[in-house]
Amino acid sequence: MQVSHSQSNTYNDSVVRQFSIMAVVWGVVGMLVGVIIAAQLVWPELNLGLPWTSFGRLRPLHTNAVIFAFGGCTLFATSYYVVQRTCHTTLFLPSLAKFTFWGWQAVIVAAAISLPLGFTQGKEYAELEWPIDLLIAVVWVSYAIVFFGTIGTRKVKHIYVANWFFGAFILTVALLHIVNSAAMPASWMKSYSAYAGVQDAMVQWWYGHNAVGFFLTAGFLGIMYYFIPKQADRPVYSYSLSIVHFWALIFTYMWAGPHHLHYTALPDWTQSLGMAFSLILLAPSWGGMINGMMTLSGAWHKLRTDPILRFLIVSLSFYGMSTFEGPMMAIKTVNSLSHYTDWTVGHVHSGALGWVGLVSMGALYYMVPRLFGQKQMHSIKAIELHFWLATVGIVLYIAALWISGVMEGLMWRAINTDGTLTYTFVESVKAKHPYYIIRMLGGLLYLSGMTIMLWNVIKTATNGKAATATIPAVAAHA
Amino acid sequence: MSDFTNSFWPIFITVISLAGVFGCALLLWLTSKIKANSPNGDNTNGHVWDENLREMNNPLPRWWVWMFIITIVFSLFYFVSYPSLGANPGKLGWTQAKQYEQEMAVANAKIAPLYAKYAAMPIDQLAGNKEAKAIGERLFMNNCAQCHGSDAHGSKGFPNLTDNDWIHGGSPEKITETITNGRIGMMPPMAAAVGNEEDVKNVANYVLSISGNKHDSARAALGKEKFAACAACHGADGKGNQAIGSLNLTDGIWLHGAGEEAIIKRINHGITNQMPAQSAKFSPEQIHVLTAYVWGLSNNANHQ
Repeated sequence: MQVSHSQSNTYNDSVVRQFSIMAVVWGVVGMLVGVIIAAQLVWPELNLGLPWTSFGRLRPLHTNAVIFAFGGCTLFATSYYVVQRTCHTTLFLPSLAKFTFWGWQAVIVAAAISLPLGFTQGKEYAELEWPIDLLIAVVWVSYAIVFFGTIGTRKVKHIYVANWFFGAFILTVALLHIVNSAAMPASWMKSYSAYAGVQDAMVQWWYGHNAVGFFLTAGFLGIMYYFIPKQADRPVYSYSLSIVHFWALIFTYMWAGPHHLHYTALPDWTQSLGMAFSLILLAPSWGGMINGMMTLSGAWHKLRTDPILRFLIVSLSFYGMSTFEGPMMAIKTVNSLSHYTDWTVGHVHSGALGWVGLVSMGALYYMVPRLFGQKQMHSIKAIELHFWLATVGIVLYIAALWISGVMEGLMWRAINTDGTLTYTFVESVKAKHPYYIIRMLGGLLYLSGMTIMLWNVIKTATNGKAATATIPAVAAHA
Repeated sequence: MSDFTNSFWPIFITVISLAGVFGCALLLWLTSKIKANSPNGDNTNGHVWDENLREMNNPLPRWWVWMFIITIVFSLFYFVSYPSLGANPGKLGWTQAKQYEQEMAVANAKIAPLYAKYAAMPIDQLAGNKEAKAIGERLFMNNCAQCHGSDAHGSKGFPNLTDNDWIHGGSPEKITETITNGRIGMMPPMAAAVGNEEDVKNVANYVLSISGNKHDSARAALGKEKFAACAACHGADGKGNQAIGSLNLTDGIWLHGAGEEAIIKRINHGITNQMPAQSAKFSPEQIHVLTAYVWGLSNNANHQ
């Protein structure tokens, strides 16, 4: 193929580079805020007595930063990287792609300012006020145009499985965001939800659970389906498994939201449907895990020498673990113990730190050297160290919150023979103190690994320079 | 948003729920029928992306298919047994409200004899009963301590229950009444009735003087006359009136803050203070035990 620098012959990687670097930067920021609020739970004085640094305002800052800034930038970077390479074409409307980068950064900065100032819609994972919501909608629609435009101009007949997942994630997040954020503005930074009462709660958790299902699962399965076969240099295990688990996953997730509202004002039938479909969700979730893990069959030895592959595969074990735990917690009987306890927080973090975090890091370690014209990351030893810091951190974190969650659940329901509660609420808070210390240490380890990654990425980027990748010829059978 | 009360909706829910579950089963069945086709003879389906991305034709893992089927079958049984399909109540007739009521009925039946024993005992005797006191304390810690404090000493806006200063009366009957029905204390803004800003300041100093606090005696003298506006509730001597829950201003106990500034604020803005009713939470017998505990907090000297 003749090498030329015209757009159509090379991949558009500048926006991928921008998102990749910012993913790592926001990762450090978001996890740092997480460690700060974990420390506040151990030593409440650390809220400094100021409204801007209080737990209630920093907690949404943490969740928004890790999900939408770290996770979001990772998804933008990987999906732009993957869709070009699996469609053998450059990004559709490069200027619009550029806009999605600056627009998304503007959303993140607006969140980082408005949340500590106390502006919030009061909806979990959808706290941002309406002007920011509008900007998100515009950026997201642009993202969809770039992504699907690139799919539409592909040079290969078949659409690669990673793109199904990225596509489902982009479409569904647009739908979720627009429906759940529908609100009547009362002033520039204040609005009221379009829904009321239990319907508002149901819309919120339809959104909330699918934010997990599509933003934090489908999108990252897209990452998994490209970077694991690439890094392992093995074909995907089963084409038919990818078909069943894709359609079953995206269909079933939509129904599972009510399990966040067990034993509330939500009608019984809605709770039951939510529980039943949450159980059905187990198999489609594990389908993804199996397909990723079995891709390694015949190449297991690579795990011993390749820390990047280890990030990717261990992420799948945490995915399998938390998608087993999730359906179990959706059972009403289990939920009556686990709901409102630290168990839920631990569950979310085994998914967030274990699955989303590790698979993102693996993908970024794969992409960064290639984006900057390097053979490999600046330090492989540092990747190795990052892996162990992260893994030990996750284990400490989730083990601590399992114990404290089950403990507080049992303490809350313990009843004396005279019908009074055995423990006062404050006694359950006191009992959790040692586990909060362990959780904070786990978070600190995870953050330190991410900081090492930032150093490693900066070193790799500054040692190399922006690389231009030429679009290879389409393989004969594609 | 209007409620979905039309009879169409239960049918809609039933149809899409069943279609959803059967759709999963159908998807599984159809996919298991896919004929593996390997044009290159390497057990891949022949598609290649980005130079080396390929997909193998391995069949669905059997154990995984069975796991999927089991959850589908379980869901169908669950739909039949529990309220799930629209307005259908399910074969077991379970509702969360029923579950709650049943559990409460069992628990109440279990504790009834214990409380029946105490119901017959008068408060002063009950307050000295070690076992009843322990129960009362547990009730207090889980239901009252949030506002009145674990030591029952209260805080600003929340009365101290140990100091023998009763706003609505400290007799066992009155305490029972307070716990059962709650109380609302309301003082209207009085600035207009008292006079101008100077008058308000003078009255505040008078109030300070009758409780023996540091005050400006010249102002207090001027304020005495204006206190007439306050006397309607707090009495001419400022000792308050338990019948209407007006506070005693002479005992040096300041529920809403001590000092001239705090008093001026109350005169200017008034205040509404509420203790919620507990009758829905407790049986009368439980309130009896709780009353004895609260009464005992300030009458313990006689009974130990």
